[in-house]
Amino acid sequence: MLKRTCLFSTHQKLGGKLIEFGGWEMPVQYTSITDEHLAVRKAAGIFDISHMGEVTVSGPAASDFLNYVFTNDIRKLKSGQGQYTLMCNERGGVVDDLYVYCLSPDVYFLVVNASRVAEDVAWLQKQAAAFPRSAELHMNDASHNYCAVAVQGPRVQEFINACLSGASNCAARVPKVTDLKKNEIGGFLVNGHDVMVSRTGYTGEDGFEIIGNESCIAQVWEAVMTHGKPFGIKPCGLGARDTLRTEVCYPLYGHELDEQTTPIEAGLGFFVAWDKGDFIGRTVMAEQKAKGITKKCIAFTMTEKSAPPRPHYPIWANGTRVGEVVSGTQSPSLNIGIGMGYVPPEFATPGTVIEIEIRGNHSKAAVVKKPIYRKS
Amino acid sequence: MSNIPADLKYAKSHEWVRVSGGVATVGISDHAQHELTDVVFVELPAVGRTVKAGEACAVVESVKTASDIYSPVSGMITEVNKAAADNPALVNTEPYGNGWFYKIKIADSAELNVLLTSEQYALQIGG
Repeated sequence: MLKRTCLFSTHQKLGGKLIEFGGWEMPVQYTSITDEHLAVRKAAGIFDISHMGEVTVSGPAASDFLNYVFTNDIRKLKSGQGQYTLMCNERGGVVDDLYVYCLSPDVYFLVVNASRVAEDVAWLQKQAAAFPRSAELHMNDASHNYCAVAVQGPRVQEFINACLSGASNCAARVPKVTDLKKNEIGGFLVNGHDVMVSRTGYTGEDGFEIIGNESCIAQVWEAVMTHGKPFGIKPCGLGARDTLRTEVCYPLYGHELDEQTTPIEAGLGFFVAWDKGDFIGRTVMAEQKAKGITKKCIAFTMTEKSAPPRPHYPIWANGTRVGEVVSGTQSPSLNIGIGMGYVPPEFATPGTVIEIEIRGNHSKAAVVKKPIYRKS
Repeated sequence: MSNIPADLKYAKSHEWVRVSGGVATVGISDHAQHELTDVVFVELPAVGRTVKAGEACAVVESVKTASDIYSPVSGMITEVNKAAADNPALVNTEPYGNGWFYKIKIADSAELNVLLTSEQYALQIGG
């Protein structure tokens, strides 16, 4: 039985086409992936992201513990700030990629992938049990308490303040929502209900993610749709979410990331902090940094007319099969086939000519620098 | 509401055929193009290829996914629609007109009898 978010009836009313994603019944599109994608690039879009998981980790040992289980350096976070980070196993393989926010000293809020909530919580509990100061840690899977929407696009800043009243009452204490800087999180009110708002997203555009409980998220959706209407806001499904993130080369768990792939191989070394002491997976990742890797995540664009690349299509170079596509689509912004894939590092330099095998035919592509799409 | 012309026959897999002088023109229904939305690529069979009814012989791709097109009838491909390959959006805008896929010389006209009428197809798609 698939889970449904508290916005399910809204999706039905809007005629959203529903699919399974990470155990949830979610809208893949309302009208057209291309139209929704372009609305986010040019104006604004709203996404239901209630399927995402939320976990709180608190207590005097919370920051030391999280710095041991995550790759990024949590000591950089002041109250009200968040960061992208990865949680790895001993082999350096990615258990999940997530956002961690510091709400107040000793209180952290994790936003994790829908498909990984159970694995994440089990992994965190296992590590916490073995942690020397486990008595000073408290962990709570709050995923069932929260719903969330993402409001994304260059024009969102023009109307978001009208949707969320007052100054922030917790975490980043800013006078209004648009005073949040990138990756900051604060507490605001919607019709008297508390919501958490972060200036984050998964589209490559400016935007906000609003997390609240079941009683208010439909009101948030309505408020955003009402105030965003003059700016051309569109409800957007997971289809556009996927094409938007692929254009800017954000990884999606199960595609670019899995338990057999390290952040170094995925090209996410920027989010691995080497000067913070030991953390799970460090030994393997340090060895990869020193001795090199055998596979690397590349971005590519098709350079001749072809069908769009898709996950699992073989990648060829110099007449040999060298790797596989992990994400691929027709880019609505660029109107060409784009994708990401894993190849040996000798084929990972931008400009390298590769071929994508599509139903037995080879079509030419070129390795490009990430991100594939840049704002002009 | 889908457009389902009464003068065509339909396959359960959402292709339509228009028969004229022993040759069938094949395309996908308005309902199918609407379900796909944003057709970005059309892959057509080679002219001269012989296909069986129910055989996958073309591919239509939306932003999200690739879908096989199954030939509603057996026969030999006599012509393909290069305009649709060059401009896949025609499948969305003119599914029964300039968005056709291929023409096929019908090998066994009895196969036409098992295809759906417009009324039967309307029932199938609940429209």
